[in-house]
Amino acid sequence: MGLLAFFRRSQPTANVAKERLRIIVAQERTARGGPDYLPTLRRELLEVIRKYVNVDPDAVQMNLDKEDGHEVLEFTVALPEKGKA
Amino acid sequence: MAEIIVVTSGKGGVGKTTTSASVACGLARRGKRVAVIDFDIGLRNLDLIMGCERRVVYDFVNVIQGDCTLKQALIKDKRIETLFVLAASQTRDKDALSLEGVRKVFDELIADGFDYIICDSPAGIEKGAHLAMYYADRAVVVVNPEVSSVRDSDRILGLLASKTQRAEKGEEKIKEHLLLTRYSPRRVTTGEMMSVADVKEILGLDVIGVIPESPDVLSASNAGTPVILNEQSDVSKAYEDAVARLLGDTLPLRFLDEPKKGFLARMFGG
Repeated sequence: MGLLAFFRRSQPTANVAKERLRIIVAQERTARGGPDYLPTLRRELLEVIRKYVNVDPDAVQMNLDKEDGHEVLEFTVALPEKGKA
Repeated sequence: MAEIIVVTSGKGGVGKTTTSASVACGLARRGKRVAVIDFDIGLRNLDLIMGCERRVVYDFVNVIQGDCTLKQALIKDKRIETLFVLAASQTRDKDALSLEGVRKVFDELIADGFDYIICDSPAGIEKGAHLAMYYADRAVVVVNPEVSSVRDSDRILGLLASKTQRAEKGEEKIKEHLLLTRYSPRRVTTGEMMSVADVKEILGLDVIGVIPESPDVLSASNAGTPVILNEQSDVSKAYEDAVARLLGDTLPLRFLDEPKKGFLARMFGG
């Protein structure tokens, strides 16, 4: 690295990339294994919730787990802190 | 029995053709009979990387349509006795290839005693990519340590697990390997680039090779000489290691650390 490059060293962003990928890949894997209606279901549920609370799309997590013989659809919504909504 | 290996990635420009050419050369130099096939119908490029573009008379689609025999279409490499290239057709007809046609060509290659069939997949998840992976026994997923490439690779892993013959027939799963290209140890050290471990963790696959970022790749494609044949280059050594691992050797990964630089080089760049 030259002197100039030393002073305009770029930001360490690899961990941001990794974190974003971890989330999006997990989300897409859920959708992939499950029924085709999952993305629509997620969107519509979010719309209903938003009639009452202003949640961010990021605050919604959907998981499809297969446990011996049956499937469990888990839908987690992180509600905004009081006063911010 | 021949092994069918697909080199795939989802995203374009990550090094599928470079990898196909070098892996094919590496296997052939170890005495294996290898056919490397360009599945990118309409956008033929493997011939350029292999340096045989002026010797293409017949292509993959010609063989399937019966315009010529497979023997007439296979281009024998001038450097390695046991290496053959089958060029993609430049037709714009997307339906020129079919599953049956591809099967017919593979069966003939297998009957002819080939040890390896390397399928150079086109980018994307359309028909060409599907045909390239459908009959595979193994997949080499080429990935850059960069967000869009990693995400697309995961998409491809999903397709390998559902849209291939092995998946449809419920046979033994395709063996999947990651091959990282354009890896820059310096940028990993400074936290600008995801590391091998990061990519491996996200995709959950074993790593069969890490190819360092290097100007040698462009020089090789300029010259039409697969980069593995430039033995001075670290890229060549890294591909040789990957080929050895494909054949079952256990080797530690090389070129993951920043090369040590002298004081002057550090001060004035290089």
